[in-house]
Amino acid sequence: MLSINMTVNGQAVSGEVEERTLLVQFLREQLRLTGTHIGCDTSQCGACVVQVDGNSVKSCTMLAAQADGCEVTTIEGLASNGELHPMQQAFKDNHGLQCGFCTPGMVMSAIDIVKRNGSVVDEATVRKELEGNICRCTGYHNIVKAVQAGAKGMGG
Amino acid sequence: MADNGIGASVRRKEDNRFLLGKGNYTDDINVAGQTYAVFVRSPHAHATLDSIDTSAAQAAPGVLAVFTGDDLAADGIGPLICGVTVTSDDGEPHRAPMHPALAQGKVNYVGDHVAVVIAESLAQARDGAELVQVDYGVLPAVTDTATAADGSQQQIHEVAPDNMCFNWPFGDKEAVDAAFDAAHKVSTLDLINNRMVTNPMEPRAALGEYNSGSEEITLHLTTQNPHVHRLVLSAFNQLAPEHKLRVVGPDVGGGFGAKIFVYAEELVVGWACRKVNRPVKWTADRTEAFLADAHGRDHVATAEMAMDENGKFLAMRVNTRANLGAYLSTFGTMVPSYLYAFLLAGQYATPLIYSEVKAVFTNTAPVDASRGAGRPEATFLLERLVDVCAADMGLDPAEIRRRNFIPTDAFPYQTPVVQCYDSGDYHAALEKALSLADYEGFAARAEEARSRGKRRGIGLSSYVEACGIAPSAAVGQLGGGVGLWESAQVRFNPTGNVQVFTGTHSHGQGHETTFAQLVCDQLGVPIENIEVIHGDTAKTQFGMGTYGSRSLAVGGVAIAKACDKLIAKGKKIAAHALEAAEGDIEFADGSFAVAGTDKAMSIGEVAFNAYVPHSYPEGVEPGFDENAFFDPLNFSFPAGTHICEVEVDPDTGVVDIVRYSAVDDFGKLINPMIVEGQVHGGIAHGVGQALLECARYGDDGQLLTASYMDYAMPRADNLPSFDVDYAPTDPPDNPLGVKGCGEAGAIGAPPAVINAIVNALGVKHIDMPATPENVWRAAKSAA
Repeated sequence: MLSINMTVNGQAVSGEVEERTLLVQFLREQLRLTGTHIGCDTSQCGACVVQVDGNSVKSCTMLAAQADGCEVTTIEGLASNGELHPMQQAFKDNHGLQCGFCTPGMVMSAIDIVKRNGSVVDEATVRKELEGNICRCTGYHNIVKAVQAGAKGMGG
Repeated sequence: MADNGIGASVRRKEDNRFLLGKGNYTDDINVAGQTYAVFVRSPHAHATLDSIDTSAAQAAPGVLAVFTGDDLAADGIGPLICGVTVTSDDGEPHRAPMHPALAQGKVNYVGDHVAVVIAESLAQARDGAELVQVDYGVLPAVTDTATAADGSQQQIHEVAPDNMCFNWPFGDKEAVDAAFDAAHKVSTLDLINNRMVTNPMEPRAALGEYNSGSEEITLHLTTQNPHVHRLVLSAFNQLAPEHKLRVVGPDVGGGFGAKIFVYAEELVVGWACRKVNRPVKWTADRTEAFLADAHGRDHVATAEMAMDENGKFLAMRVNTRANLGAYLSTFGTMVPSYLYAFLLAGQYATPLIYSEVKAVFTNTAPVDASRGAGRPEATFLLERLVDVCAADMGLDPAEIRRRNFIPTDAFPYQTPVVQCYDSGDYHAALEKALSLADYEGFAARAEEARSRGKRRGIGLSSYVEACGIAPSAAVGQLGGGVGLWESAQVRFNPTGNVQVFTGTHSHGQGHETTFAQLVCDQLGVPIENIEVIHGDTAKTQFGMGTYGSRSLAVGGVAIAKACDKLIAKGKKIAAHALEAAEGDIEFADGSFAVAGTDKAMSIGEVAFNAYVPHSYPEGVEPGFDENAFFDPLNFSFPAGTHICEVEVDPDTGVVDIVRYSAVDDFGKLINPMIVEGQVHGGIAHGVGQALLECARYGDDGQLLTASYMDYAMPRADNLPSFDVDYAPTDPPDNPLGVKGCGEAGAIGAPPAVINAIVNALGVKHIDMPATPENVWRAAKSAA
């Protein structure tokens, strides 16, 4: 077992984990942050995307121990004072979610897309950049619209 | 308030919890003392189970128990059932092999359930499962749909000679054959409907808890139909009496059919939690989902159309082999029979249809309903055949459809294959779609593409589907074991807010919003004061769940009927309070008023009076809480025309969908935003089938596509944005005038895409999925 410490959504946390424990398991099972989902075992679906030290990471691909000392942000850490993050609001306004299972990963990836591409991002770029996130419900049409609207919202 | 009523694109009430990471999916639920289940699955497609040694696993750290099929049998649990009987041509019911939840004596597909290990942690359960020693006697595997029942293959089940489940002819063969003999022209097409894995993004899961005090089992499940699960687990699997079994379907991350069925894991978890007297959780990993979720489609068919000299359809003849997998899933027999052959008329006035379906067993995962269920198979076959007919007759695909559509003034229309279509205007949808797709301008676009070395194609698909499932009497006549009504309860609390309990289940469809809009519209209560509750047998009185695009067309009507009862009761209460005759009370916009006066009271005040009945009409019960059941009079028949335009790179075989236009008739729309989202998702599902997805088994029965590395799901960059419009008609049999929209895209899209590719390449046919390799080969052969 290993002792690990990290900051998750601004809170210092610590835990004892097996060497093989994945970051997503630590978040879901020990911290009970169940907004980060597991949709596959091959790092394809993107339901588990979080930010680690500001970078977008599939938390099923990283050991919890590798995140020792890191700053982690999950879907639970985006809203502040009861206000949805602009990207969350854009997903709601544009009906960019149906069953909600892929949504946390989509929103986290969307924020990362905006960080890297700025607040004006064209449809083709959004579609290409979303290749690491699978949604079965929406056909992506409204997710693409939401990412573009959220980008504008984040740009202020 | 009307702003949030029928016809408004209200933003969804359920979204905040999903966006905040506060959804409550089955695997998110953790309870004190929880243990973990891991299943030992067969690595072989077909083998005898010669011995199972669980001793090392039993002794492993953290392992509480290891169970096999013998343990289940000793407790009288199971087997799993199929709920719909199809009568074979010999007059006997379909062949139904024993389907134990944990295998006994034999395994019949890769992923079949051999044993379950229960341990303190998931890792310990996995480690324990590795230690279960199984001796298998490997047998030859049967995987090929076309040849499984031709007598050349190993027989899988004793009860099913030649691996035949049923041979089900339907229609007047002699009349059809005579029409073919006399026809001006016969068009023929051989085609495959590729096998799909349904793939909701949330893998299946189950959490069982046993209360030894009340002797009640609570089972949280990834289910589309909690009451159906409870009924089957109780009545047929002997898990627990119905009143001692609570099934909860909390937030469910997509279903698309895959979460209708009662699976082995669910039964075993429910049983094991009582056995070890600890909560037991099981969550599938994605590869388990690929191996053991029910799959969809998998038909091999030959279709023929007889025509006169004007391209008018005289008769159709269809021969289908349908793969049902290793065992019969809960509704497996119904999909390639009633949900398939009864839709073969499509939008056309073809007077004679003969269909023969041979359903076969193979050593593959069970096959059952998957978004559309039978109707995509029928539509793909018919709409591809119609394009072949058009080519054979030298007619434009739009023109041959116009010539054969059921006339708009012929509704309700009795087809030769049982169904009586409620309403439709197929010409209107076609013409609107042609306009939306700029069909006229296609030739110029194709020319321009050709100048760049690309091949453009355009494809039509005019589909009709039967949903709003289903009139119970019809279900019974067809051999179904259940009634398919829906129930609702609408309860005012004394403070005036409303709880709506529905027996349908929302797993992405937005019922919490759409149904609140219905109630807001009918009762005049602000939408923020209405809560829709579903998915818990302990809360909702009863329900048959969500599938077959039935929730609004059946469940929504039940809600409206409960609201009607509240209004009727409210009139009595208001009449007493307002000192007027009941007949003089009118209800509108949330207010009971005495006609012709300014005397009125709000529905909230009426509700308060009903719970605090200090001055109350004689003979009226206190309380303001009504329930209703609704059994539909008919299926509903959404229809439409979808048009796909593709650009094919003949050098690489890559297909780019450059434009996709859909015009659908869903009757009245309650929330257009949600409906459009359903259409988008359905189209993507259909495009996935047409271009990308295929479950492939090797000859040895190994599933070669058991992860997202090998099974191509549609991603954002595989798809365009969609142009969606409507051509509604008013279905006379549905009190709300609604039809159902959840499956339309998955039904309409595959033939539209393939017709476009065929058009681009100038070939007769290409099988799905039209991968770059398949398209490249077809392009080469055409050149």
